[in-house]
Amino acid sequence: MDKFENEMCLTFQAKSCNEALARMTVAAFLTPLNPTLEELADTKTAVSEAVTNAIIHGYGEKEGIVELWCARKGREVFFHVKDTGYGIADIKTAMEPMYTTKPEMERSGMGFSFMEAFTDELTVESAVGEGTLVKMKKVIG
Amino acid sequence: MQAAEYEVKGNVLVIRLKADLDHHTAVTVREAADTMLMRSRAKNILFDFTGVDFMDSSGIGVIMGRYRQVIFEGGRVGVTGVGKNVDRIFKVSGLYKIVEQYKTEEEAFLRPAKEAFGGAN
Repeated sequence: MDKFENEMCLTFQAKSCNEALARMTVAAFLTPLNPTLEELADTKTAVSEAVTNAIIHGYGEKEGIVELWCARKGREVFFHVKDTGYGIADIKTAMEPMYTTKPEMERSGMGFSFMEAFTDELTVESAVGEGTLVKMKKVIG
Repeated sequence: MQAAEYEVKGNVLVIRLKADLDHHTAVTVREAADTMLMRSRAKNILFDFTGVDFMDSSGIGVIMGRYRQVIFEGGRVGVTGVGKNVDRIFKVSGLYKIVEQYKTEEEAFLRPAKEAFGGAN
């Protein structure tokens, strides 16, 4: 545990009103690092995408809990978004730009592309029936 | 907080966003916008982002969805009041290829995109 200078975890119900809560939380967590407005916006967008995915795709109509974990080590900030929902059968396809399984909900299929574009590292672990863990890293400054 | 305010001006539905455009607000904006489109004679849409400093891919879905709604009737979608963060999302997603940007709401009506805004004037 002591390898991080700071660490936090937020758990919340998979409800869309909590997307803003997740964004505000990461923004507050980043503040001591004096991020630029752009770094702040990038991180908020990436986390918002991951949390939205967890709510829409991880749980869908089901109830569930989303976990947002943030940690900091020097200028590196780590963000993990975890759900224990449906899971992703084919991660590679799911990550393709413009690919979506929910076009009727007007999902643009840009979620993973944004996470990739706005962070420095992105990995996705998932198992069908078990859930999904999205790991992102962002270097600030 | 209400996600947006809606006003029909001539043949333009003006949607003044009042909150971050994420998945949560996207759902309500989409429903309200489509109801307004059905009930009014508006065929074009202008999104006013003044004061909004966050949008994610859910917002792109809303704008692309509204674009698909109006394009078949010859309508257009415009945006105004776009701040730095929202502008970046528009650029990264390539949304400016289908959406005209205006500096102000007045400009949207004065400088119609291919004669769409402001109708037959």
